[in-house]
Amino acid sequence: MPSLIDLIQEGRKVEQHGPWPRAVVDASAWRFAAGELAQGNWSLLGLWGEPATVHMAILDARTADVAVVSLDCPDRAFPSVGRQHPPALRLERTVNDLFGLAAEGLPDTRPWLDHVRWGVRFPLGDRIDALPKATPYRFLPAEGDGLHQIAVGPVHAGIIEPGHFRFTASGETVVRLEQRLGYVHKGIEGLMTGAGYERAVQLAGRVSGDSTVAYSYAFSRAVEAALQLTVPDRAVWLRALLAELERLANHLGDIGAVCNDASFTLMHAHCSVLRESVLRASNSAFGHRLLRDIIVPGGVSRDIDEQGPETIQATLDNIRLRFPDLIELYDNTASLQDRTVDTGMLKPAMAQQYAAGGYVGRAAGRSFDARRTLAYAPYDSLRFEVPVLNEGDVNARVWIRIREVEQSLSLIDQILERLPDGPLGTHAGHIREAREGMAIVEGFRGDVLVWLRLRDGRIERCHLRDPSWFQWPLLEAVIENNIVADFPLCNKSFNCSYSGQDL
Amino acid sequence: MRKLLFESLFRRPFTETAPSPDDAALSELAAAVGRAARRRLGRSLSIREVDAGSCNGCELEIHALNNAYYDVERFGLRFVASPRHADVLMVTGPVTKNMREALERTYHATPNPKWVVAVGDCARDGGCFAGSYAIVGGVAEVIPVDLHIPGCPPNPMTMLQGLLALLERVDAVAS
Repeated sequence: MPSLIDLIQEGRKVEQHGPWPRAVVDASAWRFAAGELAQGNWSLLGLWGEPATVHMAILDARTADVAVVSLDCPDRAFPSVGRQHPPALRLERTVNDLFGLAAEGLPDTRPWLDHVRWGVRFPLGDRIDALPKATPYRFLPAEGDGLHQIAVGPVHAGIIEPGHFRFTASGETVVRLEQRLGYVHKGIEGLMTGAGYERAVQLAGRVSGDSTVAYSYAFSRAVEAALQLTVPDRAVWLRALLAELERLANHLGDIGAVCNDASFTLMHAHCSVLRESVLRASNSAFGHRLLRDIIVPGGVSRDIDEQGPETIQATLDNIRLRFPDLIELYDNTASLQDRTVDTGMLKPAMAQQYAAGGYVGRAAGRSFDARRTLAYAPYDSLRFEVPVLNEGDVNARVWIRIREVEQSLSLIDQILERLPDGPLGTHAGHIREAREGMAIVEGFRGDVLVWLRLRDGRIERCHLRDPSWFQWPLLEAVIENNIVADFPLCNKSFNCSYSGQDL
Repeated sequence: MRKLLFESLFRRPFTETAPSPDDAALSELAAAVGRAARRRLGRSLSIREVDAGSCNGCELEIHALNNAYYDVERFGLRFVASPRHADVLMVTGPVTKNMREALERTYHATPNPKWVVAVGDCARDGGCFAGSYAIVGGVAEVIPVDLHIPGCPPNPMTMLQGLLALLERVDAVAS
C-alpha cells in the first residue's frame, strides 16, 4: 500500500505550507488519490476550490499523516473524486457553485449551495450573471405503490436553523430522506478574501455559533502555522480551557434535547440548568457566555478573570454532584431507552467511509479525535480518554456525549491546575510573500478544518470545513427504515450544523 | 426519577426575579403597538422564531429563554410551532438571499395584529456579513420590524427585557 508521502513526492511540493505538506499533482495522481480514498486506505478531510485550482486534504489514519494535494485546472474541469468516493459529492457540487470548476464524471451535477438567488453565478471565480429564473430543484425519485412524500422546511416547527427535508414514506416508515441545504449560505469565504486578521477571525468565529471557540481556534492555528508563530504557553492552555467549556455546554444541552425529542422533558429541564451554569461561569470568567472573539491569531485577546478559576471550579463541582443522577435517570427509564436504542443505526463501515468526526463517528467505531490522533498542544500533555462504541444508534451517540462530559470535566480540572503564567499572545506580523497554513481542531461536533493563504497581512484565500459536511449524508442513511416520528431523535443525536455547512 | 421529582418539591426554584423592561425598547415600541392589541392578546404573546440566516448563536440564547432560570412562560410568553399561531415573529440573522422568500412567506402566514422582533446585530443591518453577495441585509430590508434587540448574540436577560417591554406597551396602550 503506498503511503501519503509517496504521493506528495510524486508532485511538485509547495514551499511555505505548514504544518503538513502540500503538493501540486497531475490528473493521474489526483485520480490515484481518489482511488485510494474509495478503497478506504485514506480518509477525505476536505475538498475545496480556488479560481483555477482544486485542493484535497487527505488523512492516512494508520500513520496520522495529513497532506494536501492540488490539481491545476486551466480548462475549468477536474476528474471527479465523488464519482468513486461519495463523501466528496456535495463538496464538488459546491466547488462548481462557487468557482465554476466542473468535476468530470460527477454523477450528481445539481447545484448545492446556489439556489439561483444570488444574482451572480460562480461568485468566487469568474463571475457571470445568474440564470434569469430559478428552476425547481429536482429531488431524487422514490417511486412505488403507496409511497408518499413529506416536505419539511426550510422554516421548521422548533427553534432551529433552516433547511429542507424531503421524506418519502411508506406508511410510517421512511423509504428515503433527501436534504436540501444552503439556505443560510452567507458567502463567508468570499468575505474572508482580502480581510485582515482581525476581521477574518471575527468571521471565522461566526461560521457556526455553537462552535465559535472551535472555529476561532482552528483559524488562529492556521494563521500561526502559516507565519510559523509560537504562541505563549498561557494562551495555549487558555485556548484548551475555552474549547472544553464549549464542548461541555453543548453536550449538556444536547443530551437533554435528545431526551426532549422523545418527550422526556424532565431530562431536558435538568440538563438545561447545567448548560446554563456553564454559560454563566464562562461569562464571569471570560466576559462572554458563548466565549466569542477570545481566541485570536497569536494568542488570546483577554485573560481569565481573577475569580474565573474559582467560579469554573464551583460549576464543575455542581455538575459532578447533579449529573450522575441524570445519567442514572437516562439509563433506567425504559420508555426513553425504547426510543433511543436501535434507532438511527449508523454502520461502522459508513462512518469509516465518510470519515465521520465527533460523537457520530465515535458512536460507530471510528476512534478519530483530533486532540488525540493529531495530538496538538496542550492536549499532548493532558490525560484523557476517547470513548468509542460500535452500536451507532441514538443511544450510543448519547452515551459518547455523556462520557465526553466526564472527560471534559477532568480536562478542565487539569488545565486549571497547571495553567502557566506568562504573556497572552505574540504579534501576528505582516509578511509580504505568500504563506499557507492549515489546522484541524476538535470541536464538540467533530474536527474543524481551516486552510488559508496569507499575503501581506491579509487573507488571500481561506477555506473552513465543518464536520457536518461528512455527517449530514449519514443522517440520510440512518433514517431509512425508521419511522417518521423518530426523525427528530436521529436528527438531534447528530445535531449537524446548518450554518457551518452552508457557510 | 421519583427522587428527582420529590426533590423538586423542596428545592428553591432556579427561576430568577424578572428584569424591568428595557427603556430603549419601550420607546422603540411606543410607535409600533396599536390599541387593538390588548383586546386581542390579553397578557400573553405567542412567538414564532425564524432563523433567516444566523450562525445559530442567537438560537442558542433564545433556547435559553425556556430554561428554568429565565422561564419565559411565567410572563405569558411562549414559543409556538407555526406562524399561524403567532403574534410575534422573532427573526435572527442577516437575511440570506436563499431565505428571503421563506421569511416573507412566514410573515404573510402570521395573522394580524403582529409584531416583528429582530434579534442580534446581524438582524439589524447584516452585521459582519454585510456586503456579501449572498446577503440581503437586516430584517427590515424584507419585512417591517417593530423592535431590535442588539447583541452578538444578545443574552437571554436582554431579550427578556425587550419582550417584557413589548408586553407592557401592549398593556399601556390598551388601558
